[in-house]
Amino acid sequence: MNMDRQIRRLGLALAACFTVLAAQLGYIQLIAADRLNSRPDNTRQQQRNFNRPRGQIVAADGTVLAFSVENSSGFKYSRVYPETDLFGPITGFYSFTLGASGVERTYDEDLAGAIPELDLANLSDLFVDRENTGNVHLTLHPEVQQAARDALGEREGSVVALDPRTGAIDAMWSFPTFDPNPLSTNDAAATSLKEQLDADPENPLLFRAYREIFFPGSTFKVVTASTAVETGQVTVDNPDYPPTSSFDIDFTERDLRNFGGGTCGGTLYDLLRVSCNTGFAQMGTDLGPSAAVAGAEAYGFNDRPPIDLPAPAASVFPTEFPDDQGNGPLARASIGQGDVSSTPLQMALVTGAIANGGAVMTPHVMDRVTDDEGDVVKRFDVEEWRRATSPETAGVVRRGMLDVVTGPRGTARNLAIDGVEVGGKTGTAQLGTDPPRSHAWIIGFAGPPGQAAEVAVAVIVEGQPGASEQTGGTVAAPIARAVIEAVLRVRGGG
Amino acid sequence: MERLRRNAEMVLLVMGGIVVAGAYALVSLGSTASLPADIGPFLGLVFGLFLVAHLAVRRLAPGADGTLLPLAGILNGIGYVFIARLREDLASRQALWTALGIVGFVATLYLVRRPRDLERYRYIALFLGIGMMLLPLLPVVGRNINGARIWIRLGPVNFQPGEAAKLCLAVFFAAYLVEKRELLALASWPKRFPILPDPKHLGPVLAAWGVAVVVIVAERDLGTALLFFALFIVLLWVATGRWGYLAVGFTLFGLAAFVAWLIFSHVQVRVTAWLNPWSDPQGDGFQIIQGWYALADGGVGGRGLGLGISGDGRLFAAETDFIFAVIGEELGLIGSIGILVAFLLLIGSGLRIAASQQGSFEKLLATGLTTLLGVQAFIIIGGITRVLPLTGVVLPFVSFGGSALLANYVLLALLVRLSDDAHQRRRRQARRGAVPVGAGR
Repeated sequence: MNMDRQIRRLGLALAACFTVLAAQLGYIQLIAADRLNSRPDNTRQQQRNFNRPRGQIVAADGTVLAFSVENSSGFKYSRVYPETDLFGPITGFYSFTLGASGVERTYDEDLAGAIPELDLANLSDLFVDRENTGNVHLTLHPEVQQAARDALGEREGSVVALDPRTGAIDAMWSFPTFDPNPLSTNDAAATSLKEQLDADPENPLLFRAYREIFFPGSTFKVVTASTAVETGQVTVDNPDYPPTSSFDIDFTERDLRNFGGGTCGGTLYDLLRVSCNTGFAQMGTDLGPSAAVAGAEAYGFNDRPPIDLPAPAASVFPTEFPDDQGNGPLARASIGQGDVSSTPLQMALVTGAIANGGAVMTPHVMDRVTDDEGDVVKRFDVEEWRRATSPETAGVVRRGMLDVVTGPRGTARNLAIDGVEVGGKTGTAQLGTDPPRSHAWIIGFAGPPGQAAEVAVAVIVEGQPGASEQTGGTVAAPIARAVIEAVLRVRGGG
Repeated sequence: MERLRRNAEMVLLVMGGIVVAGAYALVSLGSTASLPADIGPFLGLVFGLFLVAHLAVRRLAPGADGTLLPLAGILNGIGYVFIARLREDLASRQALWTALGIVGFVATLYLVRRPRDLERYRYIALFLGIGMMLLPLLPVVGRNINGARIWIRLGPVNFQPGEAAKLCLAVFFAAYLVEKRELLALASWPKRFPILPDPKHLGPVLAAWGVAVVVIVAERDLGTALLFFALFIVLLWVATGRWGYLAVGFTLFGLAAFVAWLIFSHVQVRVTAWLNPWSDPQGDGFQIIQGWYALADGGVGGRGLGLGISGDGRLFAAETDFIFAVIGEELGLIGSIGILVAFLLLIGSGLRIAASQQGSFEKLLATGLTTLLGVQAFIIIGGITRVLPLTGVVLPFVSFGGSALLANYVLLALLVRLSDDAHQRRRRQARRGAVPVGAGR
């Protein structure tokens, strides 16, 4: 009896078995691979991230804000933030259990070296002992950040300073804040600290400078003025609003009044200088809802600024003004009350646009990404986010804001700096009358006389006692001034 | 012809050695970004060991198939690279076992000059095989590792005698079936509808198989039980050509598996984890799911040698039973299919050797040895990929494990010997056939 036939069949059977294995491997490694890799219980990708070094986050002056250290146990690397809470919400934290925030999150792939620019560099250097991580260099200056922190002190509030010409953020600070170090330890202590911070009513983990919205108060009058000039309804000389102490609101006895019950009126610059509520309420209601909405949205209201940090909040300008509610909502919105809310970042963008000929530049914290050897592999592309107004309109409003600082009875006189051209606008957003409390605001820009402004700032100090138009000028202006001086020092230094 | 085969073997060995050495350098570059310091000695070791094996074949079995040794060498070498990458502490032991495996290979070639001689030792092989399987159950030397009692401890070394037992059983089955195959091929039972031979002829075989299965169940080594069963049923079928054996055999196995599933909780766990690993992803299904994740992580091209993360304790038994998953992770679909192809080539060579044999015993022995290799690879790769329930056997030549490596090199030597034997026999016949022609002139 011949056994060769069975041997041949055995060969075929074994080949069939191995074909089944090959087919199954093709399924696992090719067809279902993406699905398997992204299953929530598959922690391979995260583990890879935590097992390799990560690039540094570096401030504009070269100060290292975040770097990786090797661990003896647990994950191979963890993050250290030498500047602790000064840049806490900017760098964010980086944790296997808690996730990542701030720059650690938005530039995760750059830091991990997972961007094609870094791959190419790595390929040519295959046999050299180096890591292909990317270092993210920020536009922020520790000196300015420190100035903002010192000036604000332990008052709840925010400071944003940026370069109006590029949108590069020089400083962004909020109080309260947090230290990312204890949140990045990947242990139980980090988790309980996170729970504790989440439960804190002051919510220190929320970076309010760009993620929280507030009544902008009178600083918003800059937007109203710009819209009125842009539409041609208002010029420098015309109209001349008659002085009055109250603006008649429909369907109510509670008319809109000026701070302290004062009387004011006049041309555009007169109104701006003393922050005349009645005049701007008239100007806004004259514009009408659609022009007012279009004007605010041209600056970026009702949209999230494309900043390179996670989850920016959209500032709000109401889009519905029903007839049955009369002129009240629009009148209040025109002076930054009512349903208008803005992030400090958005107000910095508004003043930046005025200083920059009407162009709102895309705000950003990343300047460039370098490889291991310091070669630049990526730069932030400076670009215009919004065209808020024409350069002519911006010029008109700009001169008005200079007048607020230098003119008689100007509310932002505390912003004045010798030898520097400074424009500004204060704001006091009333929160309640019993006891009277308000957000003290100021926005401003500054630069060498006759030249383009080099810095735009927005400052808010939240929930200050009292409610007078002077609040913004007395409380917020010194902070803005200190920050402006710090930026100009940094700029002068190169 | 002989020179051609040997030179081809040498070229293939050199190519395999280059692949292994390149992999060794790359795995080190991947994990530490520097060339290994011991690359020189390592190259010397790899080429030295296989040079010894190659010279032994040249001297002792010059007409043997030239692909067996290079295929085993590249599987062994790739396995070594992965073991060294996963567990640096085990690398030297695996290297030592490889050397011992080569010694076993050469010794087998030297001692077994005529495969037919083995036929005489069938009952010795049977008792040796059963004895070795029983050894781990003895109280002093037997050891329980990872729930399976399949180890014995002799001085400093742990040894898995089941690996040697499989060779003994292959010899016994082949010899026994040659003797009985005429009887077994005749169906006479049951009388009304004869599909099987008279049970009395099957007695010894069934007894041997029964003892093996009982012992293995006692040792909780399901993979080896499956392997022995497959060996037994395949040889029975090849010897007799009766499909009834396959049908009855698989029915019997199905019944046995069902009974095992009813009785043993560890079998139930395996089956549940096979059918739906995601019902208990952190417990019973964990190993299979992590194996799948490792393979999926590799994708088509792989993560790169030394760049996977299965070495961080993520994958249980990564250097033994699950080494294939790590290869799939770091070398991708291309690498995992490559391993499959290497085994298929090995199976092809083995069965070609079986077909080239003239004696029935040699034919069955070659078939049995090849079946052991192919089915064992299929059981563990099938277990990892969830084609079969997961049962712990090692991947021949690739996984860490000294006894398995040694046994597989002996198995390889037997195949080489069988191949050379058939070749020499054909040559003698050709010469004998040529003489009368010359004499007539």
